[in-house]
Amino acid sequence: QKLSAKTNSAYVVMDKPTAYKDATTYNNFYEFGTDKTDPSHYAGSLKPRPWTIAIEGEVKKPMTLDLDSLQKLAPLEERIYRLRCVEGWSMVIPWIGYSFAELIRKVEPTGNAKYVEFVTLADKKQMPGLRSPVLEWPYVEGLRLDEANHPLALLAFGMYGEVLPNQNGAPVRMVVPWKYGFKSAKSIVKIRFTKDQPKTAWNISAPQEYGFYSNVNPDVDHPRWSQATERRIGEDGFFTKKRKTMMFNGYSEVASLYAGMDLKKFY
Amino acid sequence: MFNPSARQLAAIKTAVFIVALLPFARLVLFAVIGQLGANPIEFITSNTGDWTLYFLCITLAVTPLRRLSGWNWLLKLRRMLGLFAFFYVVLHFTTFLWFDHFFDIDAMLKDVVKRPFITVGFAAFLLLIPLAATSTNAMVRRLGGRRWQTLHRTIYLIAPLGILHFWWMKAGKNDFEQPILFGTVVAVLLLLRVYWSIAQARTQKRQVSPRPN
Repeated sequence: QKLSAKTNSAYVVMDKPTAYKDATTYNNFYEFGTDKTDPSHYAGSLKPRPWTIAIEGEVKKPMTLDLDSLQKLAPLEERIYRLRCVEGWSMVIPWIGYSFAELIRKVEPTGNAKYVEFVTLADKKQMPGLRSPVLEWPYVEGLRLDEANHPLALLAFGMYGEVLPNQNGAPVRMVVPWKYGFKSAKSIVKIRFTKDQPKTAWNISAPQEYGFYSNVNPDVDHPRWSQATERRIGEDGFFTKKRKTMMFNGYSEVASLYAGMDLKKFY
Repeated sequence: MFNPSARQLAAIKTAVFIVALLPFARLVLFAVIGQLGANPIEFITSNTGDWTLYFLCITLAVTPLRRLSGWNWLLKLRRMLGLFAFFYVVLHFTTFLWFDHFFDIDAMLKDVVKRPFITVGFAAFLLLIPLAATSTNAMVRRLGGRRWQTLHRTIYLIAPLGILHFWWMKAGKNDFEQPILFGTVVAVLLLLRVYWSIAQARTQKRQVSPRPN
């Protein structure tokens, strides 16, 4: 199903976009299984319409929106972002959505709001992977409020000129391009503004490996592999070296969010 | 009981050899027709790792199977099966050295030292080399049966190291289904040996102990 939006050239990287086939058949979406090919095989059971999203917590205007109203909250635009997975591979994806900051403005966070928590759907009928105890369900991710407010943080409804395929987090997901991919929650049903730092799924499961911040950082290794380099899917193959990973995945404009923070400690 | 003639055994060996090469042939075929998926190198790495573990399990299963079935000729397949475990681990290691590190030995060694799951995997690989190198009849003769056997018993260490390597690799993903499966198989195969050697020690003791008057 087509979804068109004007390209916002301020948010377009020059890298060559990843092939649609690779971006839709090589996914981490454990709700549909732990293999990279599982989501494309099993996400057919997800019903992305009708869909409602609850926005609650420390906001003056809590609301429950259906997908259409959410999508019409702000004009959609196309942005081409790099995506760096914590596992050491990367892609380049043309997303369609709007800055999450637009939604923040609409719901008016209270003075208590310091964090935003994103909750993914957890429905055993639609998601066969929930039978496996690999993570605590539902999948929860989170950002600090100022991170969520950064114009780069995108609430996405589509990619490659279409609505999001199920395996990529239909019907609505976050895209936070300066953080490892798992920080971008998929198939979101609830957004909570909170006082305290959310307990996020991967951080609960392996805190020494997946920090709350999880900014892309070539200087902070994952315990089981170096993060200094990455393999670009579809490009870096048998006869090319892996490419160097850039600080904040190349989005240096976010650096000011972390001024004065020890990013080795807050990994 | 089935006891193959020399000719039948040769045919069986050829068949096993061809079957054992099929996973490799599949990889080559997939590479040629572009079916290795979005991340071919990851596919090859995990596939060759899996087949190393399969062949380690199959090799370790030979003795229990022989004892349970009475098919002593199975022993004649063991060397080839063990060498296939080595063949797949060499592919696995080469993928790591070539595609992950681009033959940067220094960077690779740093990885080996720094990351426990690579350390144990690398140790298991190194320990397999002398076993592969001493697999010829000439080497068995040179070492003498007893020393050769002692050396080749390091497989009882190598297999658990291989499992540990896989286990730790999967640990951060909390995904233990396969490591548990492999671990159970290896544990059963090793525990059978422990059980048999204890049983054997008991019967020997009984035989030498003086009879009561």
